[in-house]
Amino acid sequence: MQLSMWTYEGPPHVGAMRIAASMEGLHYVLHAPQGDTYADLLFTMIERRPSRPPVTYTTFQARDLGASTADVFKSACHDAVARFRPEALLVGASCTAELLQDDPGGLARTLDLDIPVVPLELPSYQKKENWGASETFYRLVRAFASNRQRPENIAPNSCNILGPTSLGFRNRDDVREISRLLGENGLDVRLVAPLGARPADLARLPEAAFNIVLYPEIAETAARWLQKAHNMPFVSTVPIGVEATQRFIGEARVLAGLEDSPLTGLESDRLTWYSKSIDSNYLTGKRVFIFGDATHAIAAARIANRELGFKVSGLGTYMREFARDVRAAAREYDIEPLITDDHLEVEAAILEARPELVLGTQMERHIAKRLRVPCAVISAPVHVQDFPARYSPQMGFEGANAIFDSWVHPLMMGLEEHLLSMFRDDFEFNDDAAASHLHAHSPASKEGPPKQAVSTAERAGDAAISVPAMSSVWTDEAERELKKVPFFVRGKARRNTETFAADNGIHPITVETLYDAKAHFAR
Amino acid sequence: MNQPFRPGCDKDAPIRERGQHEVFCGLTSIIWLHRKVQDAFFLIVGSRTCAHLMQSAAGVMIFSEPRFATAIMEERDLAGLADMHDELDGVVEKLLARRPDIKMLVLVGSCPSEVIKFDLGKAAERLNRQYAPKHRVICYSGSGIETTFTQGEDNFLAALVREAPSAGTGNGGASLVIAGCLPDVVEDQFQRLFKDLGIEDIHFLPGRTSNAIPAINGSTRFILAQPFLGATAQALASRGARRINAIFPLGEEGTTAWLKAIADAFGVSDARFETVTAPARRRARAALEHYRPLLSGKRVFLFPDSQLEPSLARFLAREIGAVIVEVGSPYLHREHIAGELALLPPGAALSEGQDVDRQIDRCRVADPDLIVCGMGLANPFEAEGRLTKWSIEFAFTPIQGYEQSGDLAELFARPLVRRSALSGKTAIKEGALCS
Repeated sequence: MQLSMWTYEGPPHVGAMRIAASMEGLHYVLHAPQGDTYADLLFTMIERRPSRPPVTYTTFQARDLGASTADVFKSACHDAVARFRPEALLVGASCTAELLQDDPGGLARTLDLDIPVVPLELPSYQKKENWGASETFYRLVRAFASNRQRPENIAPNSCNILGPTSLGFRNRDDVREISRLLGENGLDVRLVAPLGARPADLARLPEAAFNIVLYPEIAETAARWLQKAHNMPFVSTVPIGVEATQRFIGEARVLAGLEDSPLTGLESDRLTWYSKSIDSNYLTGKRVFIFGDATHAIAAARIANRELGFKVSGLGTYMREFARDVRAAAREYDIEPLITDDHLEVEAAILEARPELVLGTQMERHIAKRLRVPCAVISAPVHVQDFPARYSPQMGFEGANAIFDSWVHPLMMGLEEHLLSMFRDDFEFNDDAAASHLHAHSPASKEGPPKQAVSTAERAGDAAISVPAMSSVWTDEAERELKKVPFFVRGKARRNTETFAADNGIHPITVETLYDAKAHFAR
Repeated sequence: MNQPFRPGCDKDAPIRERGQHEVFCGLTSIIWLHRKVQDAFFLIVGSRTCAHLMQSAAGVMIFSEPRFATAIMEERDLAGLADMHDELDGVVEKLLARRPDIKMLVLVGSCPSEVIKFDLGKAAERLNRQYAPKHRVICYSGSGIETTFTQGEDNFLAALVREAPSAGTGNGGASLVIAGCLPDVVEDQFQRLFKDLGIEDIHFLPGRTSNAIPAINGSTRFILAQPFLGATAQALASRGARRINAIFPLGEEGTTAWLKAIADAFGVSDARFETVTAPARRRARAALEHYRPLLSGKRVFLFPDSQLEPSLARFLAREIGAVIVEVGSPYLHREHIAGELALLPPGAALSEGQDVDRQIDRCRVADPDLIVCGMGLANPFEAEGRLTKWSIEFAFTPIQGYEQSGDLAELFARPLVRRSALSGKTAIKEGALCS
């Protein structure tokens, strides 16, 4: 039994719903008690989907338990097929129905439905949403593509894009961006699945030369099966960031036999130049904390480190299934990976890492807001704000441009930092005057910083995140000198000085100590 | 298989349906209950689905550490590899160590805990022995197989009543218990009115703290402030308390009838009642006048959600002149809503339970001007060009009493005002949207 105040992932049947809602002509009959229909609002409210997701719930009640919930399931199947006329049916159980052991797959078989029925076994008490989505997609691909023959002549540049789903982070825009990019580079995208595909389309998957897995959490299992069953290779590099996009196109072109023709698309990359422009100097070494699904977190760390010159001070994921990949990535940045689905642990790790920027899910956005640290969202689980009206991919060169904007805008701009330090003694330019656009810093949050951070943060002007008051005592003179340090780096100066003092047994901290520490930490 | 559309269904023979119920389960009422009882913590014994439901329905409310959580059952619990009672004890220990400020821990049963017949009562008793009086432990079921949305509150209040002492410190029991969670601002308004009417020793159930449970016995009268409290009424009655019957305090008419029933039970003179309530009645009517032109003659279809639907329909029809097409309710408590049903206009169809697909068919055929429905249905209806009001707002917003009558009407008017604003037909009247 696990205590949970909030969860990064829903139950596995919600993952199955995401696949059903991504596709056309597919319907999901879910054996579930009254109340489980809440999941509809994820699609109609968060994603602003204009139609109900294609799911029929049996919504059995206590009185049905005495009679036959199996009959309730059968009539729900009949009614759903008659009403919605799907081309294929998914059947399965939610957590409560799993306990009833009604066997939806077996029951559906007895109904002699004239459409293919794909039964799902999603163990609700072991697995979670992403696993459920991955398993559902795999079962569907297997059901429709298993007894298909690969054609004799397959165009070598033909490929399928696998993995984008409903409720995925910016998947809709990623598909558009990547399809365009691949098209410009001479590749022929035959099918995108599950997003927008019909069940019968899945039977055509083996007709392409190879697959592209954009979201391993959803499609890696299916791609591995297609590789085994149909000898289809797949590209697994995820094109998030400029370097990764180049590598991704390179790999796709090699598989397509197009390696000799020139690469197109790079001209739309602005991230690289923006990152070199002098204003971006201030990005150097900014401490960034990253948490999300494995794919987006690993990609974010790579961009932060190599393309923006940040310092990765924390990296983690809530997806244990991909813990190994995240651990490997964390080693590159010489940090301890955080593998947890407990947001309180994530909050503690953020406090500990004292980042200047948090990249995470909607939960890290809440945490960062409370700690008054700039933040950008990089990963599902998603919030209604993560479905922007504008085109905003994460993948490809345009995705890298969007990432530059959304990560850098919450931070103070270089020119502003420069002016702030020049005018720091100006009467109008005091510690309380934050930059006008800096939402994350202004106005001071009503909720206030978390209790454990109050002790040092309340010394006005320090960075929002501080460690619990250490035993270090500052002389009045040293405190006054510290005040002369620009407020946006003062927190760091205080921490460095206190660490230095503690390491060297210095007590109290004097002006000398302050400058000794400055020299010690000079980069 | 489609049931034929029957306009103007008889109130005595409502449409009864058994199909997909597009409603929340009783756990959802924790969202307002935990805000109301400020020292209580609600621990759902359930699954990841329960946890996901709560955060999805509560939306942004999660960003501070909330006073509710889920003890998620795992494979090893179900396979008998771990003793569930021991596991729960461990979770509770961890929780109370983290939140020593909690005075009342409420264990809440869910669909999976009910299906495996996990004995929550036994667990609550054991934990109460261990932690009371510092932390009292009680339990109730909010499972979807037994409760719909607001019925979770009903079960919680019934559990509180079972806990209540039967004799108070002074002259026995409370003289008046007002059952049903009301926003603080509404309680304060009623409290002032009762004071002016000379009625004393009033207890709201639930109180704002967990120790505010009144003594209940044969000298107690009670009145329901919400229409979904069948189990609570039964629990109160079983302690000897007598129910004051009235329609519910929505709108000027509902509030007056509700207060008058109380005033009559306590022997308040008509003259005094008139003097005390007149100013607020006048204000309520004036506020409603703003919205009457917007809603008068508009055809409204209400999907089942909170059991407030018959009262809302009565308010819409009688106080702002709307035409009621269909009133759906997850459950009709014949006795408690008899007064409401009697006031519903002829021609309004009444439905109990739900087959959501058929109800959507009926709604499309009826083509109403406004659809009151849940969040799962609202955007799809809007995408069809229909106007909707999400019903969950009636559970989360202060709508009871005189001073909120205008706000209640405004909730219905807002989508209509917005539609005309967007199509540029009518300029938004200054202040029309302020609540």
